Amino acid sequence: MSNLFDLLVAGLATGAIYALVAVGFTLLWQTSQTINFAQGEFVMLPAFLMLAAMHAGAPFWLAIILGILLSMILLGLAFKLLLVDPMMRHGVLPLAIATMALAIGIKEAVKQFFSAEASPFPSIVPTGDISILGHAVSLQSIGVLVLAIFAVLGLTTLLNRTSLGHQMQAAAQNPTVARIIGVPVERMILLTFLINAFLVALASLLITPIYLAKFSSGEVLGQAAFIAAIVGGFNQVRGAIAGGLLIGVLDNLAASYVSTQYRAAVPLIFLILVILFRPQGLLGRAEERTV
Amino acid sequence: MTGFAKPLKIALGLVVIAGLIVIPTNFNRYGLFILSQWAVMTIAAMGLNLTLGYAGQVSLAQGAFVGIGAYAAAIMTTHGWPLPAAIVVAIALSFAVGWVLGYPALRVQHHYLAFVTLAFSTLAFLVFRNESWLTGGIYGISNIPRPHIFGLATNKPLPFYYVCLGSLAIVSLAVWWLIRSPWGRAFMALRENPLRAQSLGIDTRRYTLMAFAIGSALGGVAGALYAPLTQYIDPVPFNLSLSLDLLMMVIVGGAGFFLGPFLGAMIAVLLPEWLRFTEGYYLMLYAVAVMLLLIWSPTGILGILDRYLAERRTKTASALRAVAKSRLETVQ
Repeated sequence: MSNLFDLLVAGLATGAIYALVAVGFTLLWQTSQTINFAQGEFVMLPAFLMLAAMHAGAPFWLAIILGILLSMILLGLAFKLLLVDPMMRHGVLPLAIATMALAIGIKEAVKQFFSAEASPFPSIVPTGDISILGHAVSLQSIGVLVLAIFAVLGLTTLLNRTSLGHQMQAAAQNPTVARIIGVPVERMILLTFLINAFLVALASLLITPIYLAKFSSGEVLGQAAFIAAIVGGFNQVRGAIAGGLLIGVLDNLAASYVSTQYRAAVPLIFLILVILFRPQGLLGRAEERTV
Repeated sequence: MTGFAKPLKIALGLVVIAGLIVIPTNFNRYGLFILSQWAVMTIAAMGLNLTLGYAGQVSLAQGAFVGIGAYAAAIMTTHGWPLPAAIVVAIALSFAVGWVLGYPALRVQHHYLAFVTLAFSTLAFLVFRNESWLTGGIYGISNIPRPHIFGLATNKPLPFYYVCLGSLAIVSLAVWWLIRSPWGRAFMALRENPLRAQSLGIDTRRYTLMAFAIGSALGGVAGALYAPLTQYIDPVPFNLSLSLDLLMMVIVGGAGFFLGPFLGAMIAVLLPEWLRFTEGYYLMLYAVAVMLLLIWSPTGILGILDRYLAERRTKTASALRAVAKSRLETVQ
């Protein structure tokens, strides 16, 4: 039983990180029909920006701030202005392909300018174990879980409780009407790109101490975030959160109860079943199917 | 492409074919390998172009079919079967699996379909890696023999390049015929307006599955040639990035254009090699080049040509109209 409890906590912690990445992914889809195949690389890059700042002599806290700011400029502003804006009106597929190319570019740039080897990364939550209900639980898992929950709560409060959030939702759901009633749609779309950049930088900060900083680590993360977003519901923020947690737990349980060789297959089979039998996702609302 | 005079087009095509046959005779081993790889990847991309470009069904699993074909060929030829038999099995196997993969396309479309096929692609990779009794697992299969064609050994790079080029020619002719047949028109109807296609009596269900199965079968052919080309296969080349690369080739070349896959495969296989002199930067430059090209022309290279020719046609047409009009006026 204690094993199951540990697996659940660890699964929820990685799941919470997947949720952060998946939420950003669905936000971009909702506001600008961008399927970002570079989302995993977006999570990989900020850790290296922070490491670079630390190599230049900045203390850890300053490196974190610089890393987050730089990712918002590069992965938010520059990504939108240079790649998404010129391609948005040409449909979903060419832009998706361009983000695949971007993923290759980011990976190769990190490999070339930083290192092809995995680098250790300091943890912002203390390591060690604490005892909960008689179980020793990793403090890092708890810390990651708590921070991710705060981020998600902050985001949902922003989206559902503030005027800014309502304007963002309006811009996503019906840009034409939103524009008519005076919502600055363009600015709202830019804001979602900045929020996505912030979320991936935060996810990077939380996950890199666990899996080390490596140029290729975005591949697995990106795929986990896709699956989480679709399983939960492509058009719903809360769906992406639920999907992230579910995939995190499923992944951890599969690793110890199915087989280590086929652990990666379990979320994929689950994904295929969800798409075939409930394509709008577990929590999503049904989308009009374009015939 | 109707802007060119027909004899000119035929002459240009013959020059390119003659060039592909004659020029590589004094290439070194590596140059021939890259060129053979181009031919093989073109075949796989042509299959995906049928599924995506003509029938409009997004697939992120073409790399998995190349893998299925490669493993079928590797396992059979190392057990003493001739390559043509292995190709037939590779085609049958990928056709059948592709048919089954087509079923989700009957229920979901667009990005959902993309993600189902993406999941399938990763599952296929896991099977290649883990079922070591069949595929050799991470150690792969080595010493894959190259075939004898009409009693001629093709062990050397040049003869095997001709095998790849010949296969490409056969596949091209078959695809050329297919897209001009009623089937090809049905595929395009499926892409343009499935509802209307159905109301015109086209069995959209059957043609959707066919589009997947035929496209996948061509992936299998490419794989069955890839195995004897490299003579050693392991699971790594057939992971998700191959499927993404093939999709990139089709879009960059120009989806829905017959010549698109040839150009797309050229960019994806040859451009990185030409950029090798920049050492560590070559894949980065390749990524930037692809992004710039797509920003400039989201319909790919042939999209640029197509736009240019369409513009010239309208200009010629309006010039002709002006001439005709002035003649009319002078007569009056």
